[in-house]
Amino acid sequence: MFDTLSERLNTALEGVRGSGTLTEEQVKKVTREIRLALLEADVNYNVVKEFVGRVRERATGAEVSKALSPGQQVVKIVNEELANLMGGSAHKLSYASRPPTVVMLAGLNGHGKTTAAGKLALFVRKQGKNPFLVACDTYRPAAVDQLKQIGRELGVPVYDEGTDAAPEEIAERGVKAARDGGYDFVIVDTAGRQVVDTEMMEELGRVRRACRPHSVLLVLDVVTGQTAVEVAQAFQEYADFDGMILTKLDGDARGGAALSVVSVTGRPIKFASEGEKMSEFDYFYPDRMAGRILGMGDVLTLIEKA
Amino acid sequence: RRSRESVVGQLNAAVAEFRDADDEEFWERVEEILIASDVGVPTTAKLVQRLEQEALEKNITGAGELRRLLVEHAARMLEGPVEIDLSHRPTVILMVGVNGTGKTTTIGKLARHLPAEKVMFAAGDTFRAAAIEQLQKWGERVGAPVVARERGADAAAVAHDAVEAAKREGVEVLIVDTAGRLHTKINLMAELEKVRRVIGRQLPGAPHEVLLTVDATTGQNGLRQARMFKDVAGVTGVVLTKLDGTAKGGIALAIAEEVGLPIKLVSVGEGVEDLHPFDARQFAEALFGEL
Ligand SMILES: Nc1nc2c(ncn2[C@@H]2O[C@H](COP(=O)(O)OP(=O)(O)OP(=O)(O)O)[C@@H](O)[C@H]2O)c(=O)[nH]1
Ligand SMILES: Nc1nc2c(ncn2[C@@H]2O[C@H](COP(=O)(O)OP(=O)(O)OP(=O)(O)O)[C@@H](O)[C@H]2O)c(=O)[nH]1
Ligand SMILES: [Mg+2]
Ligand SMILES: [Mg+2]
Repeated sequence: MFDTLSERLNTALEGVRGSGTLTEEQVKKVTREIRLALLEADVNYNVVKEFVGRVRERATGAEVSKALSPGQQVVKIVNEELANLMGGSAHKLSYASRPPTVVMLAGLNGHGKTTAAGKLALFVRKQGKNPFLVACDTYRPAAVDQLKQIGRELGVPVYDEGTDAAPEEIAERGVKAARDGGYDFVIVDTAGRQVVDTEMMEELGRVRRACRPHSVLLVLDVVTGQTAVEVAQAFQEYADFDGMILTKLDGDARGGAALSVVSVTGRPIKFASEGEKMSEFDYFYPDRMAGRILGMGDVLTLIEKA
Repeated sequence: RRSRESVVGQLNAAVAEFRDADDEEFWERVEEILIASDVGVPTTAKLVQRLEQEALEKNITGAGELRRLLVEHAARMLEGPVEIDLSHRPTVILMVGVNGTGKTTTIGKLARHLPAEKVMFAAGDTFRAAAIEQLQKWGERVGAPVVARERGADAAAVAHDAVEAAKREGVEVLIVDTAGRLHTKINLMAELEKVRRVIGRQLPGAPHEVLLTVDATTGQNGLRQARMFKDVAGVTGVVLTKLDGTAKGGIALAIAEEVGLPIKLVSVGEGVEDLHPFDARQFAEALFGEL
């Protein structure tokens, strides 16, 4: 079902050979294929509209290279536009000038926050930091146990107050405990929630104000479909996140959600989580995502050959 | 191939047929609703094609009537057996699905949902941190005993113990939790097959139901999940979870149509009462609510 973009474009441009400008009819055909490929990769409907509009504009007339066939030219444009949108290179972690650096994680139920909390702790420890975890999920059964087990395995301390205190209070006291203990990197895990639950979203805002994070990261499952945009906008409103952790990249989802969310929020994806092992975590490399979304690995070599 | 054709193309063709009829915007809205609900391009195209055909046959052109027809066709795609057969003693239900989709939570809620007095859980997720404790908390909440071994134990061994315990104690329904796994991980999928096999050896004919949890926010990857879990684990039905969020769960329509799995239950929250039998018609109505 998932044909690569280049296959699609080749079919759409059958018979068009050599260099030259594309006719309006050809551009129409091509943009239709791009639109379809993006939709099948779960890029949000409205984001697709906008994106395809930009590609159409650039593909019509102007920028025609002698080295590339019209089809290749379009692929090149698509690739450039994708790279522009996703941001060129990886975003490195920054630290607060006055430690501890506090990072708060937020996201929908089950997208991988607690796992990412452990992974991030390990990641920063490898960079010479001294991490500390705070357990603010008082809702999900055994969420505190989960973080504590992860902390124990990693040898990272976990602050918790069980499930009776308010999350914002736990957050505040947790950060203080970290500071008092001389830890320089605090990761605050929060409960999963749905954005239509206003009470829970407001709670997230309170947790944010209580722990004064240096960074808020939205944790997003790469399989997320069309709703990613609405979800990200709501988390932006209530928690004002400054970046994202994209999870479960070890699967075979195309990951259009990444494109959608970056496009509407302007917030970069900072980390990639790809597995259940604590070490399977790294900076996110945007250039790899374009190829994943559109199945363009082959296309790039095509362009290089030209 | 239809799946290669653009929905826009499909819809434009449909609109052309109805040019002198009511409402061209209608068709744009149809497409937007279906795509924006994660129904996906191939299933959307099929639905529109069927609608078009019937509308032509019956000479229907009004948007109101077309909407009714759309709901009907979508509901037909979604219709399937929703019952969970509890006639076996014990009836064994195996929960499977990718990570974080709601397996453990659904098990907890099923104990309350099913018309059975004696329900038992098996802590077959021996992998994830505190997965056993999570199920035990649910067991306490709904009054179901939990058969468990230590973390890291063989999941199939836990299932084995649990079936034996269920037989011994006259349990009506045994629900077996499993660790979340991506459908692409061959060794983990093989482990699931083994769990299934061991259950069948202890109790011929079991597991009687294999339920796949699919998160309503899932995009087109849900189709691949459903196909792989169906092939490897013999899934008998889908539980569509987190329908209380912003997502419409249109992927369920694609799964029902393309993979042929019935949707049996919907989950609409984290509370014990938030599990309901799937209602195809109601789901279709909700999908086209804004049309
Ligand atoms: N394969 C894979 N599984 C992951 C990844 N990240 C998390 N998981 C798994 O996804 C499931 C959910 O992860 P959690 O960390 O509990 O998610 P959460 O967001 O904290 O969940 P809630 O607190 O309930 O909202 C677990 O089974 C994790 O092991 C990943 O990158 N790859
Ligand atoms: N809002 C909402 N949350 C749900 C629903 N079903 C499950 N959850 C939440 O989703 C998260 C993951 O649920 P689990 O039951 O742990 O999922 P799982 O499939 O067992 O996860 P793993 O065992 O880690 O693969 C938890 O935060 C649950 O409370 C639902 O219908 N609505
Ligand atoms: Mg968590
Ligand atoms: Mg579970």
